[in-house]
Amino acid sequence: MMGSETEGFEEGHLFASKEEMENLVIDDPLNDTKSSYSNYRSAMSSSSAISETHHPLSPSILVTPAESDPLLFPLPYRDIQNPSGPKESSYIEPPAYADVIFSPFDGDHFGDVNGVESPSRNSDNSGRFSRSLGSSSSSPLASSSDYIKITVSNPQKEQEATNSIVPGGGTYVTYLITTRTNLPEFGGPEFSVRRRFRDVVTLSDRLAESYRGLFIPPRPDKSVVESQVMHKQEFVEQRRVALEKYLRRLAAHPVIKRSDELRVFLQVQGKLPLPTTTDVASRMLDGAVNLPRQLLGESSSVVAPHEVVQPAKGGRDLLRLFKELKQSMANDWGGSRPPVVEEDKEFLEKKERMNELEQQLTNASQQAESLVKAQQDMGETTGELGLAFIKLTKFENEEVVFDSQKVRANEMKGFATAAVKASRFYRELNAQTVKHLDTLHEHLGLMLAVHSAFSDRSSALLTVQTLLSELSSLQSRAEKLEAASSKIFGADKSRIRKTEELNETIRVTEDAKNVAVREYERIKENNRTELERFDRERKADLLNMMKGFVLNQVGYTEKIANVWTKVAEETSGYAKESS
Amino acid sequence: MEQQRSVTASSQSPRSPSSQPYLSVSVTDPVKLGNGVQAYVSYRVITKTNFPEYQGPEKIVIRRYSDFIWLRDRLFEKYKGIFIPPLPEKSAVEKFRFSAEFIEMRRQALDIFVNRVASHHELQQSEDLRTFLQADEETMERLRSQETGIFKKRPADFMQIFKDVQSKVSDVVLGKEKPVEESNPEYEKLKHYIFELENHLAEAQKHAYRLVKRHRELGQSLSDFGKAVKLLGACEGNSLGIAFSELGAKAETLSVKLQKEAHQLLMNFEEPLKDYMRAVQSIKATIAERANAFRRHCELAETIKLKEINLNKLSLIRSDRVGEAEMEYNELKAESDEATQTFETIVRLMNEEIVCFQEQKTLDMGTAFHEFAKGQARLANGIADAWRSLLPKLESCSSS
Repeated sequence: MMGSETEGFEEGHLFASKEEMENLVIDDPLNDTKSSYSNYRSAMSSSSAISETHHPLSPSILVTPAESDPLLFPLPYRDIQNPSGPKESSYIEPPAYADVIFSPFDGDHFGDVNGVESPSRNSDNSGRFSRSLGSSSSSPLASSSDYIKITVSNPQKEQEATNSIVPGGGTYVTYLITTRTNLPEFGGPEFSVRRRFRDVVTLSDRLAESYRGLFIPPRPDKSVVESQVMHKQEFVEQRRVALEKYLRRLAAHPVIKRSDELRVFLQVQGKLPLPTTTDVASRMLDGAVNLPRQLLGESSSVVAPHEVVQPAKGGRDLLRLFKELKQSMANDWGGSRPPVVEEDKEFLEKKERMNELEQQLTNASQQAESLVKAQQDMGETTGELGLAFIKLTKFENEEVVFDSQKVRANEMKGFATAAVKASRFYRELNAQTVKHLDTLHEHLGLMLAVHSAFSDRSSALLTVQTLLSELSSLQSRAEKLEAASSKIFGADKSRIRKTEELNETIRVTEDAKNVAVREYERIKENNRTELERFDRERKADLLNMMKGFVLNQVGYTEKIANVWTKVAEETSGYAKESS
Repeated sequence: MEQQRSVTASSQSPRSPSSQPYLSVSVTDPVKLGNGVQAYVSYRVITKTNFPEYQGPEKIVIRRYSDFIWLRDRLFEKYKGIFIPPLPEKSAVEKFRFSAEFIEMRRQALDIFVNRVASHHELQQSEDLRTFLQADEETMERLRSQETGIFKKRPADFMQIFKDVQSKVSDVVLGKEKPVEESNPEYEKLKHYIFELENHLAEAQKHAYRLVKRHRELGQSLSDFGKAVKLLGACEGNSLGIAFSELGAKAETLSVKLQKEAHQLLMNFEEPLKDYMRAVQSIKATIAERANAFRRHCELAETIKLKEINLNKLSLIRSDRVGEAEMEYNELKAESDEATQTFETIVRLMNEEIVCFQEQKTLDMGTAFHEFAKGQARLANGIADAWRSLLPKLESCSSS
């Protein structure tokens, strides 16, 4: 369904290889406000019903059975979307917000198909409204040309291979990861693999290395402590959900979705063919072989640019690690954190803004939690009040002696029924509120990705500066050698050799520096474009959140108002003469 | 809550003036007086009446809570069988005692109390009521502190009465005494009803109290949320920032609505429920009184029989103690008759009272439900309107 690459989606611009990525310019399809349903938002959660808020007049309306007598049957959770128009008359002039009720944000609903979804404008798709519970056969979206949908399911316990160092044979859990996509590089519409959490960590680490400067969605925590405390089943389920969210976010990122790492993770059967994050010890072992040569100045090995360009880590780059440490300490004036001299003022301002944003998001997220709790309590207590009066009604009816009791029992019943109904509406209102306001929390989580990307930049800059200072010290050494040998006629062989070697080292370091600078510039650019995208998508997300939240409130409080208005009318005979 | 401010017709007064007889009272203007531990609240009690027994068409006196207690106790003592209107509880929590809300709630309850007394066809004729409504403060103070001995009944003492009744019952169960209970199935049913009703009401009242709290809490968290969202908006800037600050402002206005509704709920729903419960407790006190009266009637009836036998014996043997015995017998007979009379009056009154009580409570609860529903509808509509008004702004922020 490659269809028309219209609407300016950036898929057409994405590249498969890393080199091309360096020249990546993320086109901005999301300025198209018609599909302001941002990738980020969709990536962040499966709560894609926000798309409906975008079209308040859209016919995505659900029937709620809450109108019926709550005493007769409990309210089933709505899971079928009714394409028919507003069922009830609007209480206010159109649009009848009262009828726009959003479907549950269950995992597979609305097919969290890389997020972009406009159910109201579906040209190529059929029967989009028959989304049944739990089925992942959500309709492919209309206006985007490609999609990728990932589901994580079916956790299974497996046994560790017997050559494990850990005695007692550890068990671990694998998850079935199913992908449905029409992206050509996958070569197939649907496929599955089994992966364990460790594989996810590997994927995350490799992505972090390859895509420095991008805002890469953070992976789920390892949370060792939780796994001890929670019931295994609960923990596994929690993890499954988290993994699904994570993978969907990755798939929604315009660059990451095209990455080799992700593709390989999703598709290659058997062992994950990505280098694992080995521990420092083994890396040191590796690096020790090279170390003496480096120390002696014999660097005949060509250092691969990407190795140079990575910040030093592990034994491999032990030497450079020390150098970078020294460099950062040299930069450190007052013993505070080593300032990487960031000359870009604009960037510093942006960074400051991000910090401020994080703070405010934290605060807002906390208050949102309190709000949700208060709403929940309200609903609960209303329900309990209703139940207490139902009991009273029964009691009066059982013990009736006077007519006045019958009348009273009748009024009580009306009141109690209304209270129970209202309580149900509160509960539903709150369930939706949770999902809307969760956006705040999601974006807070994204800040991790931002910090990561910024620190990629810092360490890249540090590398550049380290190499620059190394270069300058090498050059001064070369000059000294020059000066010394010019005094002596007939420089001996060893001195000539030293000079040659030094010059060679200088050349290599020069190359490395140039690569480092290019890398730094690349990361800077990544930062910039990602920041733009981040701001754009966040804005869209948060506005949608607000709309969703508000519409939700309107819809449900209208219903609650109706419930009580009816009771007020029924009891109008008791109205106080002097109010 | 204004109840029974209705005009009442007095059954007597042949010399009544051409206009309808009326007795209308209001309790207003609470003022805190005194200092420290001695501090208390005084109320202005305004009486307007054309009852001949009263000193004039209008009288204003200053009364405090313990004066009302005095009146209630006197009425309880004199009008056995009638369900004396209940008084609001003494508040144990010191710091709450002078909060504006508490004082207002108490004032309202006291006003209702006095009006109920004034509109009860029997109670309104009480001399103690006249004293209460007209006497100067010094007299009132004297009377209040005069209460001693068996006439002094504090609210706590009602509990004691119950305990006496209950202990008598348990004595019976343990076989200590002959059962001195009425064997009246209808009355048994009534007693059972009253005791059960109290439990149900207690639960309903508990949830009503909580609901008031929930409204306050939701109001508070909306306010906090609004502030946080505004700060977030300030940080974001642009149209997003505007949207946030509008959202935050709306949340703050809604917070105010919620606090208002909490207060309404307290006054117009929780308080009536508490009133209902107090009324039931007052009935329990009357039930205890009836039990006492019954017991006394039975005891005296027993004693009279013995005395009669004795008297007959004496007259048979023509003892010179006959006269004495006869006198004693007559005295006792008068007492016994009185006790029986008292008991039967109580029974009769209670039967009338229970009908009134049921009717009145139907009205009271109907009003309470109505006010509740009105308030909730108003609140919910207010919330819906407020949020709805935000939508166009959000739309325009989206497209900018």
